[in-house]
Amino acid sequence: MNKTITIDGKSIPFEDGQTIMDAAIAAGVYIPHLCHNPEFTPHGSCKLCTVKVNGRTCSACTFPAMEGQDVLNNTQALTDDRRRITQMLFVEGNHFCPSCEKTGNCQLQAVAYHLNMLDNHFPLFYPHREMDASHPEVMIDHNRCIFCTLCVRASQQHDGKDVFAISGRGINKHLVVNAPSGLLKETDLDVTDKAAHVCPTGAILIKRTGYQVPIGERIYDHHEIDHVSLAAAASPATAPSLAVNTEDSQHGE
Amino acid sequence: MKQFIHDLAKLHEGQATHLLQILRDVQARFHYIPDAAIEQLAVLLSIPRTHIIGVVEFYSFLHLTPRGQYELLLSDSITDHMLGKHALFSYFAQQLQVTVGEVRGDGLVSLDNASCTGLCDQGPAGLVNGYALSRLDKPRIDQIVALINQQKPVEQWPAELFSVTDNIQKSGLLLDTPLQPGEALSALFKRGLPETLAEISQAGLRGRGGAGYTTAWKWQLCAEGSKEEGLQRYVVCNADEGEPGTFKDRVLLNSYAHQVFEGMTVCAAIINAQHGFLYLRGEYLYLVDKLQAILTERREAGLLGNNILNQGLNFDIEIRLGAGAYICGEESALIESLEGKMGIPRNRPPYPVTSGYLGKPTVVNNVETFVAATHITVNGGAWFAAVGTEQSKGSKILSISGDCARPGIYEYPFGTTIQAILQDCGASDVLGVQIGGPSGTFISDQEFARKLAFEDLATGGSFIVFNNSRNLLEVVNNFTHFFAHESCGFCTPCRVGTALLKKQLDKIMEGHGSAGDVVALEELGRLIKQHSHCGLGQTAANPVLSTLERYPELYQRQLKKISYEPGFDLDAALDIARRMANRDDAGAHLAQVDAVDIGGDYE
Ligand SMILES: Cc1cc2nc3c(=O)[nH]c(=O)nc-3n(C[C@H](O)[C@H](O)[C@H](O)COP(=O)(O)O)c2cc1C
Ligand code: SF4
Ligand code: SF4
Ligand code: FES
Repeated sequence: MNKTITIDGKSIPFEDGQTIMDAAIAAGVYIPHLCHNPEFTPHGSCKLCTVKVNGRTCSACTFPAMEGQDVLNNTQALTDDRRRITQMLFVEGNHFCPSCEKTGNCQLQAVAYHLNMLDNHFPLFYPHREMDASHPEVMIDHNRCIFCTLCVRASQQHDGKDVFAISGRGINKHLVVNAPSGLLKETDLDVTDKAAHVCPTGAILIKRTGYQVPIGERIYDHHEIDHVSLAAAASPATAPSLAVNTEDSQHGE
Repeated sequence: MKQFIHDLAKLHEGQATHLLQILRDVQARFHYIPDAAIEQLAVLLSIPRTHIIGVVEFYSFLHLTPRGQYELLLSDSITDHMLGKHALFSYFAQQLQVTVGEVRGDGLVSLDNASCTGLCDQGPAGLVNGYALSRLDKPRIDQIVALINQQKPVEQWPAELFSVTDNIQKSGLLLDTPLQPGEALSALFKRGLPETLAEISQAGLRGRGGAGYTTAWKWQLCAEGSKEEGLQRYVVCNADEGEPGTFKDRVLLNSYAHQVFEGMTVCAAIINAQHGFLYLRGEYLYLVDKLQAILTERREAGLLGNNILNQGLNFDIEIRLGAGAYICGEESALIESLEGKMGIPRNRPPYPVTSGYLGKPTVVNNVETFVAATHITVNGGAWFAAVGTEQSKGSKILSISGDCARPGIYEYPFGTTIQAILQDCGASDVLGVQIGGPSGTFISDQEFARKLAFEDLATGGSFIVFNNSRNLLEVVNNFTHFFAHESCGFCTPCRVGTALLKKQLDKIMEGHGSAGDVVALEELGRLIKQHSHCGLGQTAANPVLSTLERYPELYQRQLKKISYEPGFDLDAALDIARRMANRDDAGAHLAQVDAVDIGGDYE
C-alpha cells in the first residue's frame, strides 16, 4: 500500500527514508530551498524550506516524511516569513546584484524574486570580507557566501576531497579553504570539481567564463526558480539547457 | 613545541574525538594555537586542518592569535554587572595598563569578557588561565595585578583568590538525605534492573536540565531502541551549566559527586552502557582534580570499572572539558563537542537515544537528574513522588542570585510559590524575577503567587532577583547580547536574527528608536523564536518578548517622537573624511534631518 502525506491539502506519496522535501520534489511540488541540493546529504541550515507539519514548524529538507503528516507549504504566513529569512541572508553579506556576475543565474536572487522580496527590510551589516582570486581558474568572493555548505558537501561527498569548510561562530561564520596559507591556489581544488560549480550564489565563480551569457538572457531572467528547480530534479538530462551555470553546470556547457 | 604536540597527540592515542581536549592543552601551554601546531595535529590526528581551525574559532577559550601569558576574563553575566563589574573592569584594565579585548604590549597579560562563569552568588567573578576567581574587588584586583607583574605562576597564587563556597542556604529532599557511596548500586542489584527502572518511572522524575523530559522513558528508549548484540551505548552527564544564573551543578559536583557518578552508573546498568562521560564546562576546570580523585576512589571501591560490585557490570566514566560555548549544553551540540567538533546542534530525528555519541544510543541527563535517580534507587519511587505537584514530582534545586540578602543554593518541593522563595532569600522591593535564566521568563511583581513547577514556571535552576533600582532594559540588553554572542551560527534565523535583535535593541536603548522600531523588534523576536533550529534560537528573543508584553511603557519611554529614524548615521559616516581633511568645524558636520522637521508632526 502506498504511504502518503498531504501538502497543502494535496495527497503526496512517499517511501520510507524520504524527507518531506524528497517526497515534494518527486511529486512536482516546490518548497523553497537554498542549502538543499538533492545530490548531497541535507544540511538544514538556511531554514527557507520551513513548513508546518501538523502545526509544528519543521525543515522540510531534513524532516522525515511520515504517515499522517498534514504539511502546510504555500501559505501567506510562510511566504512572509521565508521572505524575511531571505532578507536576513541579503543584509548579512554584501549582495550588490547589479554588479555581480551571477545575476540572473543566482538562486538567492531567484528565491527573492519568487518570494516577492522588494527591499532589504533589515539594516545592512556591510561586513568586511575578502576576495580570494589566487587560484588560476576559480575565485571566491566571500561577500556573497551564505554558508549553505554546498561546496563543502560537494567536495567531500562527490569530489572525495576536503577543500572547503565553514569556520567561526555566530555572525562571525566564514568560509575557509584547506591550505596552510588559507588561499585557494594552494588547495587541491580543480576547476572540474563539482565543488567549484554548486554554489547557489556568486561566491564561487569560474574565471574567464563571465558574461558569456548576457544579462537578460539568463535562467531566472526567464524562468521562475520553482520551475527550474523541479525541471532539474525531474529530468537531469534536459535540465542543463534550462539551468546553465547553476547547480547543473557540471554537465558541461 | 614539536615535541610537546607529538607527546600530547600520543597521550590521546591520535584520536580525533579528543581534539578539543588536545587544543585546550595547547592553548594552556602557548596561550594560543600556533599554525605549526595545527599543521602537525592535522597529520597526527588524520583530520583536515580546516576541521581544527573550525574548532579553534568556535570555542571562546581557544585562539588563533596569542593571548597574554595570564589570560584574564571577567564574567559578563547580569549578576556580575549588578555587583559592580563595569567599574571593576575599567579599574582592572587601568591597573594592568591593558585595553579590554587586547594583549598588553609585553605579551604578559590579556583582559576580556566571558559569558557567565557560574559564580553568580560570589561575584564579580573571573577566570585566570581557566581557573575561577571569586569575589573580585579593588584590593583583590590590586593583589592580582601585583602577582602578574611579578610573573608569579598561577599555581602559586594565594588560595583565597580561588576559594569557591557551596553556599547551601536551604536543603530539602535530596540535599538533606545522606547516602553512602555504593548504597544505590547495592539497592539496584538487590531490587533488580527492570524493577528499579519501574521505581524511577513511578517517581515521575523529569529532566532537571530544562526541557523536563521523563527520565524513565528516555532510559527505556535507549535500552530498547535496538536489539543489536553487543551494541555500544553511552551515558552522558550534562555539566555544561551555561545558563546565566545557574550554579547548582557546580555545588552538586563539588559536594555530591559520588551521587552524580552513582546515578550515571545506575543508568549504565539499566541501559547496558559501558562508557560514560561527564561533560564539564571549561569554567569549572578547578573541579577536575577533585572529580578525578573521586573517580579513582570509586574504581578502588569496586563501584566503577570492571565487574562492579561483582555483578558483572563493566562501566567507567571519563571527564571531558568544554571550552567556552553555551550551545554545548544543548544535548546534540554537546555530543558533537564530545566527538571533538564544533558544537553545532544536529538535525533531529534521530534523537540521541537512538543515535548519539559516535552514532550510538546515548542517554544525556543533567547532573541533578542523576542525583535524583540515585536517591530514588535507594528510597523508591513513592518516596520521591510524595513531594511536589501532580505533574512535577520531587524537588528542584535553585541557584538564587541578584538582589537578595542571601544568594546561594535552595532546594524546594515543586509547587512552592515565588513569594515564599523571595522571602527565604531575603529579597525586598522586588521589581521582578528572571526564572530559568535569559532563556526563561521574566515575571513581574504581579505574578509572585505563581509556582515553581513544569506546568507553571519551569526552570533549569536559575533564579535572578531584580529590585526596583534596576533598569530592566539594561537587563534585557545584557541577555540579548549574550545570545548573539553564543549563537552557533548554523541557522539563518538565529545567526542573523540575534545579531539584528542586538542592533535593534541597541538603537532603542541609545535613544534612536521610533515607534516602528518597537514593532520591528517584536516581529524579529517572533521570527527568531519560530524558525530557529534549536532551543538557543527558539528562546533567544524571550527577554525582549516577555518584557515587551509586561512593560511596553519601558520601551515607549526610550523612543523619539518621530515615526522613523534611519539606521544610518550620516554625520558619523563623514568622520573619516573629516579626519582626512583635518576639519571639525560646523561646516564639516551634517545634521540628520528629522521627519518632524520636514514633514511636520506625524502624531
Ligand atoms: C542552548 C541550550 C543550552 C542547554 N544547556 C544545558 C545545560 O547547561 N545543562 C543541561 O543539563 N541541559 C542543558 N540544556 C538541555 C539539554 O539539551 C538536555 O535537554 C538536557 O541535558 C537533558 O537532560 P535532562 O533530561 O536530565 O534535563 C540546554 C539546551 C539548550 C537548547
Ligand atoms: S561558497 Fe557558495 S556553496 Fe560554499 S558555503 Fe558559501 S554560498 Fe554555499
Ligand atoms: S538556533 Fe542558533 S544556536 Fe541553534 S542551531 Fe540555529 S544558530 Fe545554532
Ligand atoms: S533547504 Fe532546508 S534548511 Fe535550507
